[in-house]
Amino acid sequence: MSRIKEAFNNKKAFIPFVTCGDPDIETTKAIVKEMVKNGADLVELGIPFSDPTAEGPTIQGANLRALTGGVNKEKIFNMVKELRNDEGITIPLVFMTYANVVFSYGAENFFKNCSEIGIDGVILPDLPFEEKGEFEEVAEKYGVDLISLIAPTSAGRIAMIAKEAKGFIYIVSSLGVTGTRSAITTDVASIVKVVKENADVPCAIGFGISNPEQAKKMSESADGVIVGSAIVKIIEKYGKDAVAPVGEFVKSMKDAIS
Amino acid sequence: MGENKGRFGIHGGQYIPETLMNAVIELEEAYNHYKDDKEFQDELNELLNNYANRPSGLYFAKKLTRELGGAKIYLKREDLNHTGAHKINNVLGQALLAKKMGKTRLIAETGAGQHGVATATAAALLDMECVVFMGEEDTKRQALNVYRMKLLGAEVIPVTTGTATLKDAVSEAMREWTSRIDDTHYCLGSVMGPHPFPIIVRDFQAVISKEIKEQVLEAEGRLPDAVIACVGGGSNAIGSFYNFIDDKDVRLIGCEAAGRGIDTFETAATINTGKLGIFHGMKSYFCQDEEGQIAPVYSISAGLDYPGIGPEHAWLHDIGRAEYVAITDDEAVEAFEFLSRTEGIIPAIESSHAVAYAMKIAPKMDKDKIIVITISGRGDKDVAAIARYRGENIYE
Repeated sequence: MSRIKEAFNNKKAFIPFVTCGDPDIETTKAIVKEMVKNGADLVELGIPFSDPTAEGPTIQGANLRALTGGVNKEKIFNMVKELRNDEGITIPLVFMTYANVVFSYGAENFFKNCSEIGIDGVILPDLPFEEKGEFEEVAEKYGVDLISLIAPTSAGRIAMIAKEAKGFIYIVSSLGVTGTRSAITTDVASIVKVVKENADVPCAIGFGISNPEQAKKMSESADGVIVGSAIVKIIEKYGKDAVAPVGEFVKSMKDAIS
Repeated sequence: MGENKGRFGIHGGQYIPETLMNAVIELEEAYNHYKDDKEFQDELNELLNNYANRPSGLYFAKKLTRELGGAKIYLKREDLNHTGAHKINNVLGQALLAKKMGKTRLIAETGAGQHGVATATAAALLDMECVVFMGEEDTKRQALNVYRMKLLGAEVIPVTTGTATLKDAVSEAMREWTSRIDDTHYCLGSVMGPHPFPIIVRDFQAVISKEIKEQVLEAEGRLPDAVIACVGGGSNAIGSFYNFIDDKDVRLIGCEAAGRGIDTFETAATINTGKLGIFHGMKSYFCQDEEGQIAPVYSISAGLDYPGIGPEHAWLHDIGRAEYVAITDDEAVEAFEFLSRTEGIIPAIESSHAVAYAMKIAPKMDKDKIIVITISGRGDKDVAAIARYRGENIYE
C-alpha cells in the first residue's frame, strides 16, 4: 500500500497545509513536525509562487512573505530531506505549487528530486485534466502521484478525472479561490459518489474549511479534510511563535473528524 | 494555422483551475457556433461599422515619410475607433457573444485602461453589468480612464497585489471568474490566456489586417513590405499581422517594450528577455527568474507592461515568421513627440513603440518600399504622463 493510501486507511484523514518558508524555513520545519505530532495524516507543503492565481489573499500573503524571506526550491528540498532522514517523519508529504515552478525547474529534475527526498505527490492547481499529460508521464516514471482536482463546476467531468486519478482526489468545496468561508453549500456527497463509482481512490475536501464543526461535517461525506488558509492565518499572526498554536489547531481539527 | 486544440506549435493550451474548465469549454462551443452564424456576424458588423466607426482609415503619412526620407509610411488609424483604440473590435465581439450565451455581467482586466473603457462601453450599450480590474499603479498612471469607466457605469477595482499592474489585474480577474461563472463572462483583452481566448481575440482583431490589405491594394496596387505594431499581450499586433501571415514577402514586426533597456531588470520585452513557461492559462514566453517566479516587469506604457506574450506570437517567433524588437521608453517618447509634431497625430504611448521602430528602419529603405504602422490607440490618455517624463509637473 502506498503511503498516501495508508493515510486514508480505516480513518478520516486530516491534511493541513503550510507555505514553505513563511516566515522562514526553520519555522516551517518545526510546524510540520508539530502537525505530525498532533495527528496530521498527510501534510501539504506549498512551494511559493510569485503569482498564485488560485489563492485568496491569505495564502497570497504567505507566498509573498516566503519569497521575500528568500526561500527557494533547494532550501525546501533540503527541509524535506531532513524531515525524512533526521526527524523520522513517515506520513505522506505532497507538494502544492504552480505549473511554472515545476516547468522552469524541468519536470524531469523536479519529479526525480521529489522521489529522492520522499515526496509522495504533487498538486498543481493550474494543471487541469486536459494538460496533465506532459507532467504525469514524468511523475509516474519517478513514482510520484500527480493529484487531480474536482470542482463544484466539474459536472460531466468527474468520472473522466476519477478514472485516471492517482493518490487521492482533491475536491474543491466552493467556487473561487482558497480562503476561509462561513458556509459551504456544494453537494460534496454527490461528487464523492460519482468518484467512487469510477475509481477506488480516496477523496479529500478543501477550500474554505476553517473550524472543527465544518471539518466534522465535511468528513461525513469525504475521506479526508484539507485545511490551508486557517493555518496560514495562525502563522501570519504568530510568525516564528506559530508552532504551538498550529499544533493545537491541528489537534482540534483531527479530534473533530476522528 | 498551426493551432491544434488551442496550440500554436508548443505554445498555448489551457493551464487553468479545474473550476474554469467547463466555462472555457462552453465558451469554445458557443464561439464555434456563432462565428459561422450569419445573424451574429451581421449584428457584429453593424456595431463595428455604425457604432465603432469601422473601417478605420489607412492614412498615407506624407510628412512623416518626407522627414524620414525613405520608405512610404502608412498609418492604420485604430486610434480613430470609438473609445480611441483597437480594443473595441474584440470587446464588441466578446460582449455580443457573452450576451448570446445568456451572460449578464462582464469582467475585464486593463492596463492602460483602453480595454477597460472599451468593455465598460460595450456593457453600457448592451445593458450588461461591468467590473474592471486595474492595477493600483495603473489607476494612478491612467486616472482619466478610471473616471471614464465609472462614467460609463462600470465598477473599477484597484488591484494592490504583486506589482499592482496589468499582470496582477489579469490574476485578479481570473480569481473573480472562478468565484462567479454562471452569469459572468471574462472579457479578456488580449490574445493570451487559456484557449479559446487567443483564437477568439485574434479573430475579432483580424479585421485590422483584412482592412489594411484591401486599403493598401487600393492605394498602391500591391502589398506592403512591412507591417509594424506594438506588442504587450499582442492583440493589435496579431490583428495587424494575421491576414499577411501567408504573404511571406511582408515583414511582420512586433515592437516590445524594453522599458529602461533589455539589459536592465526594468523591462517588459518578453521575446527578447523571457523564457518558455506556463502562466495565466498558457504556455508561452515569460519574463521570469531562475526559480520560475514571474518577473516584476516595467515599461512607461501601462498597456505593454506585461511579463508574457500571446502564444501565437511566441509561435510566429519560433518559426521565424515575425520579428520582435525591443523599444525603450526614451525611443517611444521621442516617437510620441515626433508623430505629434510631424503629422498632428498624438499616438498612444503603446503605439509609439511601433512608430519608434519605423523611425529606425524607414530611412534605410528605398523610397518605393511601403511600411504600415498600426496606430493602435490615441495618445490623449498619455499626455500628462509624458509631460511628467519631460519634467513638467502636470496632473490630470
